[in-house]
Amino acid sequence: MSINETQDAIIEEFSEFEDWMDKYQLLIDTGNSLEPLDEQFKQTQYLIEGCQSRVWLHADYIGGKVVLKAESDAVIVKGIVMLLIQVLSDRTPQEILDTDLYFIDKIGLKDHLSPTRANGLVSMVRQIRNYALAFKLKEN
Amino acid sequence: MEDFIKDIRSQFPILSTKVYGKDLIYFDNGATTQKPLRVVERIVSGYYTTNSNIHRGVHYLSQRATEAHENARERIRRFLNAPLASEIIFTRGTTEAINLVAFSFGEAFCHEGDEIVVSVMEHHSNIVPWQMLCERKKMKLKVIPMSDQGELLQDAFQALLNPKVKLVAITHVSNVLGTVNPVGEMIQKAHAAGIPVLVDGAQSVPHLKVDVQALDADFYAFSAHKIYGPLGIGVLYGKSDLLNRMPPYQGGGEMIEQVHFEKTTYNVLPYKFEAGTPDFIGSTALAEALDFIDEIGLDRIANYEHQLLSYANEELKKIDEMRIIGTAADKSAVISFLLGSIHPFDVGTLLDHLGIAVRTGHHCAQPLIDRLGINGTVRASFAIYNTPEEVDVLVKALHRIKAMF
Repeated sequence: MSINETQDAIIEEFSEFEDWMDKYQLLIDTGNSLEPLDEQFKQTQYLIEGCQSRVWLHADYIGGKVVLKAESDAVIVKGIVMLLIQVLSDRTPQEILDTDLYFIDKIGLKDHLSPTRANGLVSMVRQIRNYALAFKLKEN
Repeated sequence: MEDFIKDIRSQFPILSTKVYGKDLIYFDNGATTQKPLRVVERIVSGYYTTNSNIHRGVHYLSQRATEAHENARERIRRFLNAPLASEIIFTRGTTEAINLVAFSFGEAFCHEGDEIVVSVMEHHSNIVPWQMLCERKKMKLKVIPMSDQGELLQDAFQALLNPKVKLVAITHVSNVLGTVNPVGEMIQKAHAAGIPVLVDGAQSVPHLKVDVQALDADFYAFSAHKIYGPLGIGVLYGKSDLLNRMPPYQGGGEMIEQVHFEKTTYNVLPYKFEAGTPDFIGSTALAEALDFIDEIGLDRIANYEHQLLSYANEELKKIDEMRIIGTAADKSAVISFLLGSIHPFDVGTLLDHLGIAVRTGHHCAQPLIDRLGINGTVRASFAIYNTPEEVDVLVKALHRIKAMF
């Protein structure tokens, strides 16, 4: 699936729920299904500090694609992290850099990506783009 | 719901807000309280009828505004039972009041090698200004430890008092734990060692009667917005013999007596510490908020909120894996907790979607959160308009949230 196909699939999945609490239940279940990040990556150099919750992000460059692994100490944040990985991991740097992340807004979670939310997600998206840019420059 | 609470609630239009289709339950009063109509109306009427720059104005409006501002100062003096109105200094809030003392007291009385004593449960606003002073003057910051229940260890406090200590700065009520510290006794101990004390009253004045003379506090600071008053204004009470010996904090208009390029002389108290145009609309609105409080009666407020806190405590404890953070014998209207191993951010986010406003995280008291060995708490903090029915909704919501993980 392309990046946008993946985003559309997520939007479709969330559109089945009207009640906020059901959307969050899905997010919590998604978060709980996220494979725990290897302890070696839960170190300061991979930490994205938010005021309220923390996100650890690790990026590899394998066969021309950026492979992302991440985790958070808050399950809702972990759920959103999982969605971001579904959309952005295993993509070329250029694909990541060209992405318009519209799904977050469409599933009603825009607030979580506002800079004032302090949950580390805004910094995480920025960091993913930085990794993509760095891998791209390295390639060239 | 008791009738008098119904009547009080009707004075707060914001309480009928709907959040995600649910009735708002506002349990974030430790961060800021809502404002009764009369306070908002006082602000509006101030701008409509009295707006004019105060002091030194010869015209009618200026005199009216000056009078209102100085009456507000007198009103605050009465609220704190301070000896003199000139000992009431208007600031932007508790934070600025503490910064003022850290700078001016530091300039007057502190030297290399001296010490400042704070407690482990301070808000960052009562830590960082002292750290900055310590850095500037090459001094040391010493910390009063606490028990696991959240009570300051009095023997350890006593042991910290020595001739190098120039000031003790402690909170009256912890914004995270709700602990009411025995500041009166602590002030006596500090005074016995010849050390003055600053009390951070941000979390105390809305909930309990404060008498700065009975406490014998040397400095007492609070913010208007946490006591049903407007944002952007606060109060520093200070004993005049100390304030008179301290240099000004900021320079500008109002705080001067004579300005010449050769030498400037400073105004008397309280104006020496009030550079720039004072917020006379804010001061009068704060006075209105104090009228609101005193008409209900702080004893009645304390009694009601204490009942509410006890009820919340009992009901929350019935939830499996509920951990109340802060179990001091004497607590004010704050209850911090953790729900099993669920992250406070998750609990707060879900409560929000159920219409309940709480605060989550470290509450600007990171050293305290570190001391507790946790990554934050969920905090419900009450005000006079909160009800047991709202606590029931919270408890029900927490049951629902718990089942989601």
